[in-house]
Amino acid sequence: MTNLSINTGSNTPIYKQITEQVRMAVASGRLAVDDQLPSIRALAEQLVINPNTVARAYADLAREGLIESRTGRGVFVTRKRKMFTREEGWRRLEPLMNAMIGEAMVLDFTPQEVEEALGKKLGQWKGAKGDKKP
Amino acid sequence: MSEPTVIQTRGLTRYYGARSAVYDLNLEVPRGCVFAFLGRNGSGKTTTIRMLLGLLEPTRGEGRILGYDIRVLPPEARARIGYLTEDHQLYSWMSVRECGDFQSRFYPRWNGKIFSGVIEHFSLKPTARVKELSRGERAGLCLGLTLAPEPELLVLDDPAIGLDPVAHRSLIESMIYLTRRSDRTIFFSSHQLADVERVADYIAVLDRSVLRVCCPLETFRNSVRQVRLQFSGTPPPVPKIPGLLQAFRSEGGLRVICAHYNSATEAALRALNPAQMEPVPLNLEDAFISYLGERGEKSFILPETEAQP
Repeated sequence: MTNLSINTGSNTPIYKQITEQVRMAVASGRLAVDDQLPSIRALAEQLVINPNTVARAYADLAREGLIESRTGRGVFVTRKRKMFTREEGWRRLEPLMNAMIGEAMVLDFTPQEVEEALGKKLGQWKGAKGDKKP
Repeated sequence: MSEPTVIQTRGLTRYYGARSAVYDLNLEVPRGCVFAFLGRNGSGKTTTIRMLLGLLEPTRGEGRILGYDIRVLPPEARARIGYLTEDHQLYSWMSVRECGDFQSRFYPRWNGKIFSGVIEHFSLKPTARVKELSRGERAGLCLGLTLAPEPELLVLDDPAIGLDPVAHRSLIESMIYLTRRSDRTIFFSSHQLADVERVADYIAVLDRSVLRVCCPLETFRNSVRQVRLQFSGTPPPVPKIPGLLQAFRSEGGLRVICAHYNSATEAALRALNPAQMEPVPLNLEDAFISYLGERGEKSFILPETEAQP
């Protein structure tokens, strides 16, 4: 797990870039339970950023229950948890849908066109999910 | 040795003739932080730094550095402060090693390992003459000379100026390395917002001699926000919104950037009855430019366009 990377000048603060990448890595299985993360100091020096920024990211991840610090041994991925409640999921999805619909309005699409395009996308998603089943 | 605040000023002011270079500055730098001191050219950063180090007499106001009065800094206080200036002043006929030997005589706490470590980090030959060094190499040498006495407080006046990307990265790495000792404080002025984002915990912003921001970097990023509003018709004129920095009106949309964003700001925006309202993340540079740049409304709706059917 050394392929974390950050960008300066991004709209996303650096600590958030780190938490998002770790979350993605855990969600996608690139990071498994009991995998070790670099120490705060090591990651700060690797990414050339202030250690407090890494500490802040790790604190957020620990609060979510995604990682934990084991005394004298380092920082580890804990039990993989369901990241968001259904309610929280909707709360995150809604603004994205609003943004898409807003954009579609501005770009002069009709609701039918959007529905059709979205239907196609969802079809691909269902197909992909089906294929994955062993 | 253990004051929680390493730099503190009250009403610090400096005039050059009738013009104020620094006006009524109240600055607080906590121990152990990396503090970025920002502002446009000529905003008073160097004047402030020179006053803090006792190199320039304040017109009025007071300041303390490591607990000492800046008007009467004793040598033992200076020995605990490392200062790197914009222009790297060195004796051109000395070699890199000689510079170190020479400088070490002035400091009882000189750490030769740090000096050679920095020299190596910047790939400098100890036998090279100062006059043969590139700008980046000189910066590395000066940094080594400044860090070797293990200062409690490091003051860097625009250290990144004129450095190539490799030397620049070495500089930032050295700054990160210094944070290994949690009681060491770094105070640096800069125009490089990418550096600020990487290394700073706190920022202060001077704007035409007046301090406009002094807070944790994260607080600044959270308080300057951008919101996009969409309207079914032409957007309404921009009303008085508390903290409004900039507003961009265009067909069907209004984009605003506000400082000190809070529930009152949000209520004022909602009162415009937009069809859509969503936050648009802002990077540090854009936030900084909005904060310091020209304020007001920029309308991209031409009057002719509005009149057309």
